[in-house]
Amino acid sequence: MSQVSETTVEREIDTSQMQVSKTEVAIDVVNMHKWYGDFHVLRDINLRVMKGERIVIAGPSGSGKSTLIRCINRLEEHQEGQIIVNGTELTADLKRIDEVRREVGMVFQHFNLFPHLTILQNLTLAPIWVRGIPKAEAEATAMHYLERVKIPEQANKFPGQLSGGQQQRVAIARSLCMQPRIMLFDEPTSALDPEMVKEVLEVMISLAEEGMTMICVTHEMGFARQVANRVIFMDQGQIIEQNEPEEFFSNPQHERTKLFLSQILH
Amino acid sequence: MTDIGFVRSELVTARPAPVRTTGAIAWAQKNLFATPLDTVLTILGLLFLAWIIPPLYGFFFGNAVGPNGTVEQCRMENAGACWAYIAAEMEFFIYGFYDIPEQWRPNIVFALGAILLVPLLIPKAPFKRTNAVLFIVVYPILSYFLLAGGVFGLKVIPTEKWGGLLVTLIISVIGITLSFPLGVILALGRQSQLPIIKTVCVGFIELIRAVPLITILFMASIMLPLFMPQGMTVDKFLRAIVGVTLFTSAYMAEVVRGGLQAIPRGQYEAASALGLGYWKRMWFIILPQALKHVIPGIVNNFISLFKDTSLVYIVGMKDLLEAVKTKNDTALEWQSANTATTGYIFAAMVFWVFCFGMSRYSMYMERRLNTGYKR
Repeated sequence: MSQVSETTVEREIDTSQMQVSKTEVAIDVVNMHKWYGDFHVLRDINLRVMKGERIVIAGPSGSGKSTLIRCINRLEEHQEGQIIVNGTELTADLKRIDEVRREVGMVFQHFNLFPHLTILQNLTLAPIWVRGIPKAEAEATAMHYLERVKIPEQANKFPGQLSGGQQQRVAIARSLCMQPRIMLFDEPTSALDPEMVKEVLEVMISLAEEGMTMICVTHEMGFARQVANRVIFMDQGQIIEQNEPEEFFSNPQHERTKLFLSQILH
Repeated sequence: MTDIGFVRSELVTARPAPVRTTGAIAWAQKNLFATPLDTVLTILGLLFLAWIIPPLYGFFFGNAVGPNGTVEQCRMENAGACWAYIAAEMEFFIYGFYDIPEQWRPNIVFALGAILLVPLLIPKAPFKRTNAVLFIVVYPILSYFLLAGGVFGLKVIPTEKWGGLLVTLIISVIGITLSFPLGVILALGRQSQLPIIKTVCVGFIELIRAVPLITILFMASIMLPLFMPQGMTVDKFLRAIVGVTLFTSAYMAEVVRGGLQAIPRGQYEAASALGLGYWKRMWFIILPQALKHVIPGIVNNFISLFKDTSLVYIVGMKDLLEAVKTKNDTALEWQSANTATTGYIFAAMVFWVFCFGMSRYSMYMERRLNTGYKR
């Protein structure tokens, strides 16, 4: 559990736009099961995420956190139950899968930038070839998001020339260029040096402030406290506890949660 | 505290690296005479060169008969290479039995090929797309009509008459341009999750790879017609090209598959997560990286293909090597002790020039594509 950290960004969070919709459902996971071969990784997952919600998924390694969010854009296939994203149910239908993926941005632990393309090309590829946006317009959007993640000067470099924190910010900008309605973060800071965690968290917080629907698998408990409106705790492929961050940290219900929190919070 | 550890109180400014010992003597000391064993090896190497160079020089230059020499000179005792014979046979080596007054047609094809290929290989040259379309689509069609004739009042010249370097180049250029995309498709097919496509690709690759090229050429030219409907024939030349192409594409597929496997899964996932469909994913993300990794293997295959064209003699075609071996009138006229050897040396030099060119170009491309890599 050494990678768990309590990094916080020292500033007031602007909550004016952080509104959770009461009626609009962004993601609906219903009685979902998944197996890897004979191994039952996800067991009866039920999760409804409203538009504008910011959810942090925590839990010990191997508890199925990553697998769960990877199911939401079908990087992993589920075998039972339903996953409905923005009103589209994920099935084997490739067309629907691409439709969902267009609207769902994903940020990976290891950035997964395309090493053979420049930063700008990394950002404009999908808008141009998936959305059909003219090149000049896609580049303008890309520069806008690079400025937002504070590295416009790196536009013409290759990913290999950037630091880890910069690469992860580029990866976030790359997802944002598709103007997604939902963002999934799969341990976005776990592969970063401690010094760089903050710059990535800063970008994620500013996204939350704009009202983005987010699901983050992360060990950044500081982030959970600051911006999440729900923390979900998973163990052995099941959601065993969920609560508002305040309650979750101060008054955990489940024994496993208590153990987990006692190990990571000193 | 000061006595348990060294702590610098002010930062040290960077200095230039120490000057290396340079100069011829320093170089020789380091590379030739560093240890007694090195010295012995250097002396042995020099002795070997002293032993081998004079006779080679004598054969190739000193005692050789120049391009303007006569057959009598070639037949003299101690005569070296008979370059005059190569000069006399040059036309045959390049065009085979192609009608002599019509040789301007292959010349145009050669020139056009060079004009289209060179800018295609220079990364900075403009109009790449137009250039590629011209080379891959327009050029082959134009070349076919120009070489075969039968249109615009051009005399028909059957493919049986084509020969020499012309045949070698046609088979290898077509073979290379077709086997490469075919190999990529086979490699992708082999990785496909659709069982029928996968089985077909695996079957094709494993079958072709398990059979010698000679067998494929032989089957293509002798056995294929047996299965064809009566009266239907496919040109022997075309069959040889198809045979060579299919053969190389199976090897190419395995090389490309190696490259595909080197691409981390995260690249596929990132591309998928952005909503890129299969073909866009492959075209923009996976293949550019995968192919870059396997340039040496791909060029290896191109070079083998180029040299393997000499096997088409099996089905009675006269490629460069076969043209050199052919005892036509000129060859008989020029018969001497060294004529045949000189012919083979000439063929070897031509093959070497092309293969070495491909090899150097691939190394250049590798360096160029090596964009600030790592992760």
